[in-house]
Amino acid sequence: MEKKDYKKLVDKYTPNAPRFKNAIIAFLIGGFMGVLGNFLIDAYSFYFNLSSKDAGVFMIITLVFIGCFLTCLGFFDKWVNFAKCGLIVPITGFAHACQSAALEYRKEGLVTGIGANMFKLAGSVIIFGVVSAYIFGLLRIFVMGG
Amino acid sequence: MTFKYNNVYINETSTVVGPYESKGPFTKFFDKRYDDFYFGEKTWEQAEIKSIKDSVEILLNKLNIKNTNVDVHIGGDLLNQIVATNYASSKIGIPLIGIYSACSISTLGLMIASNMIEANQIKNAVVTASSHNNGAEKQFRNPVEYGGPKKDYTTFTTTGCAACYLSNIKSSIRVESATLGTVTDMGITDVFNMGAVMAPSAAKVISDHLKDTNRSIDYYDLILTGDLGIIGKMILKDYIKKEYNINLKNYDDSACMIFDINKQPVYSGGSGPACLPLVTYTYIFDKMKKGKLNKVLLVATGALMNTGMCNQHLSIPSISHAISLEVVK
Repeated sequence: MEKKDYKKLVDKYTPNAPRFKNAIIAFLIGGFMGVLGNFLIDAYSFYFNLSSKDAGVFMIITLVFIGCFLTCLGFFDKWVNFAKCGLIVPITGFAHACQSAALEYRKEGLVTGIGANMFKLAGSVIIFGVVSAYIFGLLRIFVMGG
Repeated sequence: MTFKYNNVYINETSTVVGPYESKGPFTKFFDKRYDDFYFGEKTWEQAEIKSIKDSVEILLNKLNIKNTNVDVHIGGDLLNQIVATNYASSKIGIPLIGIYSACSISTLGLMIASNMIEANQIKNAVVTASSHNNGAEKQFRNPVEYGGPKKDYTTFTTTGCAACYLSNIKSSIRVESATLGTVTDMGITDVFNMGAVMAPSAAKVISDHLKDTNRSIDYYDLILTGDLGIIGKMILKDYIKKEYNINLKNYDDSACMIFDINKQPVYSGGSGPACLPLVTYTYIFDKMKKGKLNKVLLVATGALMNTGMCNQHLSIPSISHAISLEVVK
């Protein structure tokens, strides 16, 4: 049997992921995360008299802390498995990715374990985040005039 | 390549399992069960080392012999440099042949031991195959606590170790013949679809075995593949019919048996080197001893996956080894 025929045979039996259902779940939970974030910004700027830019930073710190904390308690992975992109795409996903890698390698030492492996998953997010920030920064200066 | 044996017997087996297998349908058969993934050790890798050590200790206790009475220990696992087997062996103290053929370690180990016993090079051997779910996830996939979304057709690595003692002393189960597998690669790159990766090599070794022994598929009361899972099982049945014109009838897959797939969160079934021997040494041997099965062909299936090669966009090769067991009358 040729490889392409075998691929067809495999595809016949391999179920497709329920994309529509996953998208709905991700939309609802991701949307809820957005609402929560905005609520936090409003609450911080109202109660602590902060500008919404500063309140935004506090909101990120809060959500990152919650993400890390729930990962340490051991059940955030089950939520991620259910909500998928609803929890992976928001800032909680980034925190969770760093934290879960740190937990996994903590017994291999502070430097050789946690230090070397904490950004195993999230490292590429940082690299490409920085690279795209440069590109968009340059575009802004040269195309849009600063 | 098929080897025939006249003088090789399986005398005793032992099994040690983790939490998910303990809650599975064969729980009453296992010699030792652990409720968590650490087995009282600090890390998952050390837990796997303990499971191998435990299973060999239990085996030797059952036989009432010492480690110095065993000629060879043949074993392997999924961790890099088969590290669990190597570390366990330093505590077991039997001369070691460490082997790697992914999830087909169990039948390859039985084959090597049988060849050496048949050739009178050794009198007896202990064969182990182990795996650890979290240890394997850590090495091959994402961090365990990350819980990244998985496809429904992925399989769940079994945790535990199965050990087996073979010798030339007569017992109720005989190793009749064995067929060495050939590495196949049908271009599958999906790391979650291990059943699709392994089905072609299983089909090839079954076909080779039947050709070499001049047998029809009906000769066997049961053909048991290793860890194809629900999807891989369907693929194998279809593929082997189309490619080799073999109609698999008395056929099952140990990945679909070791867990309660409908109740446990194990996706499409079990996997790992320990999966097939954990089912065989317990449930299947029980059936053989009760006379419900006489001739069984075990086909352990291994996906020779390496994350580095997958990142280089190479497809995943696979190997399966077959071993034929018979009840001695």
